[in-house]
Amino acid sequence: MLDWLLDPFSGALMQRALAEVLIVAVACGPLGVWVLLYRQSYAAESISHAMLPGLVIAALAGAPLLLGAVGGVIAAAVAIALAGRDERLGGDVGVAVAITALFGLGAVLALSPDVPARLGELLFGDLLGVTGGDLVEAAVLAGGVAVALALAHRRLALSVFDRAAAPSLGARPARWELALLALLAVCTVAAVRGLGNLLVVALILAPGAAALNVAPRLPAALALSAALATLAGVLGLLASYHWEVAAGASVALAAVALFALSLFVPSRTAPFDTQA
Amino acid sequence: MSGSPVVVEGLAGGYAAGADVLRGVSFTLEAGTITAVLGPNGGGKTTLFRAMLAELPAQRGVVRLVGRPAYVPQTDRTRLDFPVNALDVVLMGAYSRTPSWRRLARADRDAARACLDRVGLADAARRRFGALSGGQRQRVLIARALLQDSPVVLLDEPLSGVDAVSAARIDAVFDELRAERRVLLVATHDVEQARRWDRVVCLNGEQVAFGAPAEVLTTAVLRSTYGAELVVLAGGERAVAVDHHSH
Repeated sequence: MLDWLLDPFSGALMQRALAEVLIVAVACGPLGVWVLLYRQSYAAESISHAMLPGLVIAALAGAPLLLGAVGGVIAAAVAIALAGRDERLGGDVGVAVAITALFGLGAVLALSPDVPARLGELLFGDLLGVTGGDLVEAAVLAGGVAVALALAHRRLALSVFDRAAAPSLGARPARWELALLALLAVCTVAAVRGLGNLLVVALILAPGAAALNVAPRLPAALALSAALATLAGVLGLLASYHWEVAAGASVALAAVALFALSLFVPSRTAPFDTQA
Repeated sequence: MSGSPVVVEGLAGGYAAGADVLRGVSFTLEAGTITAVLGPNGGGKTTLFRAMLAELPAQRGVVRLVGRPAYVPQTDRTRLDFPVNALDVVLMGAYSRTPSWRRLARADRDAARACLDRVGLADAARRRFGALSGGQRQRVLIARALLQDSPVVLLDEPLSGVDAVSAARIDAVFDELRAERRVLLVATHDVEQARRWDRVVCLNGEQVAFGAPAEVLTTAVLRSTYGAELVVLAGGERAVAVDHHSH
């Protein structure tokens, strides 16, 4: 049994993949809880999908993927902001149109005949191809997100729990909502190398949703979400090794499986509603 | 030290420049008073509070307050699915005096429990906020304002739709706060309640009247405050404002 758990991680390839998912999980887990509390899961999906052209252009030009991811996220944010503001379309429709257009543009670029066949990597990630440099990038970005979330904890809580009273308690809701979206963008950039722009959203949202189903209080939800994201990473890599399936997809499926399990845990409100 | 803890002079403003929701508001409040803010829905009660909190986008005139006011919103404006218990919510009152990287002070934790006790909810500290009754939630939000320890407290319809136990408890806390020389402004629809307090401001887009309840709460003033929403009961001495909005 121990061999089954440890053998896969004896090679450098799998060790780096493990380091990558652990680093990314520390940011994705807690961030997901906030994204769900702010009801921004659509934004999480939008940002990661709409950054595809940036990734593809970086791959075409042979530029660092990080650069493409940053450019892609900025372009996506601008497009989403502009489209969401158009009154003829209405917020959601505008955003949907912008994302689909950008995602389509990315696919067209990636599928043109003179391009190296890397679309799969961009869409589904390449955990096993992670280099030492990628790890450093991910550690800086994900570490930054985790620290920022910890420092902003109380302001974020005030802004979403009680918007009307938040300013008198020391937080400007509009500002913190924007800050959360910025952190979401940074986290997406950090995680997209390993998980790809279709799957990264699973590691952000699924552990957070599972944690909110189970944990009664915010600190517990944040810690549990980080733990579940980590667990999903490890389980996904084990499954990928033993059953020879794609690593990024296995991690995403493990995260979703943990969320499904959380639905069978008795409701979080139970120990608190002892009124009857 | 000069003058009163709350001075409002020629206040006007709204949510966009050139679109005033509220005009001509002037009043001065002394320490240790409770003021009822009366008016129909859309009459400017919440707008007045937002102006006093310096949160109104377009605002003219003078608002001078001692300290930063505490604000108690209507409980249905809070997120009931948020994973916090009653004590967590009260502790939010200490956030603005705690640096982001620090834990909340021991003294604030003890004070938060004392505040919950003052509103009669010491036993509910560990209960989920969203699972409490409307009246209990309102009391938790008032406890949070107590922990903020502000000289001026603004309360937005704290007694609307609360149970009798909660209402009595809230009333008692109001009296304690008055004895502590604080200034309370309470938006309300209950004219009878306003009669028991120290001052009344009547708003209907503009200030209709301000003064002691006995002078202000006449049928004529109430009629110009509430217009068609007003029901005058037998004898003309009692008037009830009808609350049309539904939660």
